Amino acid sequence: MNAGAKVKLLLKRPRINAASKAHSTHPIWFIVPAFFFLIIFFIVPTVLNFVYSFTDWSSFKTEVNFSGFSNFTQLFSSGNLVADLRITILYAVLVAVFQNLFGFALALLLERDTLLNRIARASFFIPVIMSALAVGYVFQAVLEPKGPVNSIFSFFAGRPVEIPWLYSTTWTIVVVSVIHAWKWMGLAMLIFLAGLKTIDSEVLEAARIDGASWFQTLRTIRFPLLAPAITFNVATSLLGSMNSFDIVQATTQGGPGGTTELLNIYIVRAFGQGLFAQATAMSLVLLVMVMVLAFPLIWSLRKREQIL
Amino acid sequence: MLTNALQRPSRIFQPLAVLLTMIFSLGVPFWVIIVTAGKSAVEARQPNLALPSHWELGKNISTTFSEGNMGIASLGSLLLLIPSVFGVLLLGAMASWVLARRKTRGLSIAYTIGISGVIVPPAIVPIVLLLKQIGLQGTPLGLIGVYIGMYMSTVIFFITGFIRTIPIELEEAARVDGANPMRVFFRIIFPLLGPVIATATILVSLFIWNDVFYALFVVGGRLDTLPLNLYQVASSGLYLQNWNLIFSYILLMTLPMLLVFIFAQRRIISGVTSGAVK
Repeated sequence: MNAGAKVKLLLKRPRINAASKAHSTHPIWFIVPAFFFLIIFFIVPTVLNFVYSFTDWSSFKTEVNFSGFSNFTQLFSSGNLVADLRITILYAVLVAVFQNLFGFALALLLERDTLLNRIARASFFIPVIMSALAVGYVFQAVLEPKGPVNSIFSFFAGRPVEIPWLYSTTWTIVVVSVIHAWKWMGLAMLIFLAGLKTIDSEVLEAARIDGASWFQTLRTIRFPLLAPAITFNVATSLLGSMNSFDIVQATTQGGPGGTTELLNIYIVRAFGQGLFAQATAMSLVLLVMVMVLAFPLIWSLRKREQIL
Repeated sequence: MLTNALQRPSRIFQPLAVLLTMIFSLGVPFWVIIVTAGKSAVEARQPNLALPSHWELGKNISTTFSEGNMGIASLGSLLLLIPSVFGVLLLGAMASWVLARRKTRGLSIAYTIGISGVIVPPAIVPIVLLLKQIGLQGTPLGLIGVYIGMYMSTVIFFITGFIRTIPIELEEAARVDGANPMRVFFRIIFPLLGPVIATATILVSLFIWNDVFYALFVVGGRLDTLPLNLYQVASSGLYLQNWNLIFSYILLMTLPMLLVFIFAQRRIISGVTSGAVK
């Protein structure tokens, strides 16, 4: 250490304040490696997403030029933008509804701590740890026109049933969202169960003594107190399913007739065809949609929690 | 006994309802996986609930290894999983410590950026372009970087919250004894992070083990991973309708995560539910 630096250090020493103390005890370089990866592999691509959406980048050209809004006008005029956006939002809403409905029903069914219930809870979590792609293939087989599900229906109906679960331009979107909800309902169930556990048993006992029925207690006491669990479940299922790909790819690949084509399915297809800028433009649409929905959603659900 | 049972019909109906729900919602798909994985190619062509006339599970499993590259794909999955999980947790924990302890304006902005990835979906197409420019497209190293960047937010979010509950006095005692920040972090803080590290490890491993979307873009066709191979074999002509092989593959690929789940059930359940209901 040279003399100048020594003097500087001596001059600095009397002015030790909270900030410089924090700097020596919790040095900033601890966050540098994490932010290196975060910035290079996450933040920079997100910023680039905005840039490349307005270029003509493709596998057919050697250079990349700005092209204004042409990607968006093209996506709009071909009908892909509106159709895929509508399908993705519909899918996300359906998944959120089914996942929470199934999860809540399971939580109520398996609330008591019996051996059977404990086994059932663990079993309903198995789909959560399975690969979404695998779940998709399993349901593709199970829902075949002459497959297991239809054979069970045939057995109960007493006549051959051949419902084309994955081949309906109207209903298949509902079917795939139910499959998605099936995969994740175990998670929603666990979160509802944890929420139910936080409710004071004395409050419930008091309500029961006052003659409240099971359903009344559920509607007026337990459901409102579950607000934090509902917030978490609705937000994660809605936002998570917008970024979905695997299940739909494995069951329908976006079909029949493009009626289950989520934004991510389009992105993979466009990228595979070398239309890089269009794929990027569509991923910008996804990004903007998630952001536009995420903040008001989380804000309003939080607000409702405070009121209740 | 009888009056008791009549007064509380739920005591009989509840277990019955549980069993029926399990049979129809889980039993059917799981049964189809197992029986189909044991069938011959001819029997498996039309998936149904019937038992195989002759169990060929062993033969199907050996085919997934010899023709489906199961062994190489497992190694590929591990090659991505281990460095990604190690990197994201170690670096994430270090950053979380400073983010949790220092309260300056700059660092609170850094924290907001740090957890942005919890909500913002990764921009996969520009990621591919960026990897091309830095020469990492198509390499395991590139995908490891992408996974670390992508799950960093989740890890920072989990660990920062946890560190805030650790009393700072524990650190100060060590500091008085002359320990430097490295020592304080690795000797005092890191060992206390056990539960949250375990939860985050399991969650991130689950995502990476099952990821096909990002792997498809970055290393598709260049590196075999389990989901990528499943995707390729299931959509290629060779395996079309070969449900016995597809289901053997699914069975084998799910097994490691299932074992982890069975042994770490408590930790996983408390991990995923903590924070969600508060």
